[in-house]
Amino acid sequence: MVHVNGLRCRECGREYPADPIYTCEWCFGPLEVAYDYDAIAAAVTKEKIAQGPLTLWRYSDLLPVHGDTAVDLGTGFTPLVRADRLAAELGLSEVWIKNDTRNPTNSFKDRVVSVALSKALEFGFKVAACASTGNLANSVAAHAARAGMRSYVFIPADLEQGKVVTTAVYGGNLVAIKGNYDDVNRLCAELAGVYEWAFVNVNMRPYYAEGSKTLAFETAEQLGWETPDHVVVPVASGSLLTKIRKGFEELHKVGLLDREPQVRVSGAQAHGCAPVATAWLEESDTIRPVKPATIAKSLAIGNPADGYFALDVVRTTGGGFAAVDDDEIVEGMRLLARTEGIFAETAGGVTVATLKRLAEQGVVRRDERVVVYITGHGLKTLEAIAPVCGPTATIAPNLDAFHEAFDVEEQ
Amino acid sequence: MITVRIPTQLRTLSGGAAEVKVEGTTVSEVLAALDAQHSGFAERLFDESGALRRFVNVFVDEEDIRFLQGVDTPLDTGAVVSIVPAVAGG
Repeated sequence: MVHVNGLRCRECGREYPADPIYTCEWCFGPLEVAYDYDAIAAAVTKEKIAQGPLTLWRYSDLLPVHGDTAVDLGTGFTPLVRADRLAAELGLSEVWIKNDTRNPTNSFKDRVVSVALSKALEFGFKVAACASTGNLANSVAAHAARAGMRSYVFIPADLEQGKVVTTAVYGGNLVAIKGNYDDVNRLCAELAGVYEWAFVNVNMRPYYAEGSKTLAFETAEQLGWETPDHVVVPVASGSLLTKIRKGFEELHKVGLLDREPQVRVSGAQAHGCAPVATAWLEESDTIRPVKPATIAKSLAIGNPADGYFALDVVRTTGGGFAAVDDDEIVEGMRLLARTEGIFAETAGGVTVATLKRLAEQGVVRRDERVVVYITGHGLKTLEAIAPVCGPTATIAPNLDAFHEAFDVEEQ
Repeated sequence: MITVRIPTQLRTLSGGAAEVKVEGTTVSEVLAALDAQHSGFAERLFDESGALRRFVNVFVDEEDIRFLQGVDTPLDTGAVVSIVPAVAGG
């Protein structure tokens, strides 16, 4: 059962039918799904969710699509693991990692794409498309294959090989654009006016973006229907951060959380592409677009569409922002891997480095229960870490060589 | 002549046209000329204070005008001005 009233402009509040449209005709503000929360509250229970599939579709009452006809590769319900060794290293007491590297195409984008293409099929689209910094490309190509849709995936030409190969393998059209992500995005906005395709992050965006809420739903359920005190979320367009906050609020609105959530939300950006963090640090109300220059290519959006909303969430919840440099990003990736055995892509390095920075600044506090969102797998961005990760020693195959290379104390 | 590319959302104002040709030497002049030719564009593109609305992106050839001189960006004859809504990330 879908409990959707229609779409509503986040900027001026004008209402629209639940069509494949994405911007307000009046003010160009983004459209968002408007739900009938009373109907959801009447339909949903913790028990019903517990009996659902071990995927994001266990929360279908809170999504704008019929779960039983979903394009599903088994996305969601990824592990939430307590990270005591990381916490100890950072001087914190309770840190959890939401490990979304464990999705079918190894990033959180499977959540948004599963929702977007399910909706696209409902609308009758035959072709799936997207502008992508890589993770979305993987996911759209895979889900389109699963759904029997044709696909056109647009990426910047300088993307990591690990994201190019893992998109092309699914057999759709992969179009490399000589430009950065913002160039790709502008082209796709124009193409969306020409072709009747389901561009997941353009005309499917209101539905697509809702998929990110499931990260908050799972976090709360996995914590025993409680919310964290503080979350740290990577920021590219700003959509994920905004929707995680919305997810916690919706759980309370439909009666699944007893108390109103008081979750502080902090954002993580790379120094080489930090338009939202810069606005926050400068206490500015204007987000100035930038030309990205960072190894965190999945976060390299210089003109973030939901930047204003992300900034607002961080401000109103009393969170913080950090913009971390490339060395900190690599160190963040290694810190997470070495303490918790989780290999994150560069965006995860940004998030862990931001957690470290905010802990040092006292923004993330020792008395808080903290959840950190790790949104993509490290194998996708091997280039970033390969220069500093190799064999400890290369030796001849005999005991003497080993003893010469290693002074081993433990037996 | 300057070519202005009109996004789908605003084509009701341009009689369905995807491109409109107008005269002007800056982005500001061109958008004013567009509104003079097809009434209604100005109130959609600009807020009450006269600034471009924050979800409206304007490009000259392929560059965002916020990297140039904003609405004061000068235009050469034959330039293409695109009005593009902001889109989400990927």
